[in-house]
Amino acid sequence: MRPPPPERPQQEGRVRFGGDRAAVLVPRKHLSGPVPWVIAIMITLTVIAAAGGLALGNLANTARGELSGAVTVQIVEANAILREEQVDAARQLLTQDPAVESLRAVPQDELDQLLEPWLGTGDAGNAIPIPALIDVQLRRAASDAEVARLQTLLEQTAPAARVDAQSHWLQPVYSALSAMQYLALALIVLLMLTSLAAVWLAARSSFTNHRDTVEIVHLLGGTDQQIARIFQRSVAIDAALGGTVGLALGAAATWLIARQFAGLESGMVSSGSLSTIDWLLIALIPLMGVGIAMLTARITVTTALRRML
Amino acid sequence: MNDGPANIVTFDNVGLRYGTDPEVLSDLSFTLFPGRFYFLTGASGAGKTSLLKLLYLAQRPSRGAIRMFGRDVITMPRDDLPHFRRRLGVVFQDFRLVKHLSAFDNVALPLRVAGVKEADLMRPVAEMLDWVGLTHRCHALPATLSGGEQQRVAIARAVIGRPDLLVADEPTGNVDPDMALKLMRLFEALNRLGTTVVVATHDVHLLKNVSDCLIMRLEKGRLHDPTGALRYPPRTDYKRTEQQAGGQL
Repeated sequence: MRPPPPERPQQEGRVRFGGDRAAVLVPRKHLSGPVPWVIAIMITLTVIAAAGGLALGNLANTARGELSGAVTVQIVEANAILREEQVDAARQLLTQDPAVESLRAVPQDELDQLLEPWLGTGDAGNAIPIPALIDVQLRRAASDAEVARLQTLLEQTAPAARVDAQSHWLQPVYSALSAMQYLALALIVLLMLTSLAAVWLAARSSFTNHRDTVEIVHLLGGTDQQIARIFQRSVAIDAALGGTVGLALGAAATWLIARQFAGLESGMVSSGSLSTIDWLLIALIPLMGVGIAMLTARITVTTALRRML
Repeated sequence: MNDGPANIVTFDNVGLRYGTDPEVLSDLSFTLFPGRFYFLTGASGAGKTSLLKLLYLAQRPSRGAIRMFGRDVITMPRDDLPHFRRRLGVVFQDFRLVKHLSAFDNVALPLRVAGVKEADLMRPVAEMLDWVGLTHRCHALPATLSGGEQQRVAIARAVIGRPDLLVADEPTGNVDPDMALKLMRLFEALNRLGTTVVVATHDVHLLKNVSDCLIMRLEKGRLHDPTGALRYPPRTDYKRTEQQAGGQL
């Protein structure tokens, strides 16, 4: 054996111990373990839940926007002549009101069509007294005070008038939509927690499997940050692969479901379609997944390292 | 006790126990001086490995104070320990090579951890492998190396960063007598370059092969000082004292 080299290794500038040269310490075949696939499934479900939540939100917002200033005036009068007189009087009065943007008396034909599923065809309007309807669009939101003011305004000239804000009728629908949005949010949180648990287990398992190597690196002067970065990188690659697959599957499923709903050709359903911003938000889900997975891996490994000297 | 910066390590009344078991090391007080060659001897179970663990900062003592390179390592923040560990070289009894890394990568590991660029570490690693006579085995994985070759890779890894203190735990335990002698020559050569060397061994024959060594003997967790190694200043009449002590070791 020769004499030892006389000098310390020259160190002109330092480089971070990371990337491929650190990753060889914890060798793994990506996509071979369950973590990428678990993350892929979780991201798929999260994308679908998020898309559903966003679509419901869009639907509710559109409906609220359209109906916020909408008021229905019903003339509940059995006598057809009196009813017509009160409709005309109410129209005149409301037209002059500065809060009213537009109004339209719903024609009898339209009312008959609306009631046809229940009353059948024929001269049902004459057989059963049906209230006359006036659709009113206000310049501002149809608040309770505004509705009460209109009711008072019509009391003298159209005593059979009954004023209702259309949004009041849809309140149960809004509540149901909100409940479904919260459900979507809860699902996303649960999926995220499940993903965290999967990453935590995987990071702990990987750390345990490579404990000897970690101890050696520690004793050679490796810092907790350097060691945590190795595991973080490994988990990040798994999460990125799983996230990409999950996003593709989730987006495809969302697109297919959206096509099915679009086929219904319902105005309400089409108002729940996803905007570009919504799709961008959905595209951020895997990125957030990678970030959260890396953070979880870092915390898991750092906590385990703290138990070592 | 003198604990100036000139001293590499100072132990002051150090004790170590694992859990609630009795102390495996008791009342250890000694100083390691720069550039010296120390042997730590004692029968199996005497506490040599435990003492070395304290030296290479793998274990905190249960009591007492340890100063290393002028700083108290007991109260030192955990985040400062890696910097100190980079000043140490450790040869483990079981080598502790990373089994999926080649001999070259194992030797390069301390430099990579320390942040040395790839371009800057090729030459020193190659030289170190040449020094231990393993240039031709540089791409071999530990599993394909003999015990002696693994031991030399472990030594090369321990000294590649030219540590201030080299700690070796039974470095000749797995090699034949010829290889043991060669390894001792490597440690001596490194010691001549200024590295303080502590070699734990139960092989008394090794002690006779290193001329200027100081001997610390552990018996049931307590230190004995047959060569005056623990005195300040340490005795310089090593050979006479060693010969006197040799029969007792």
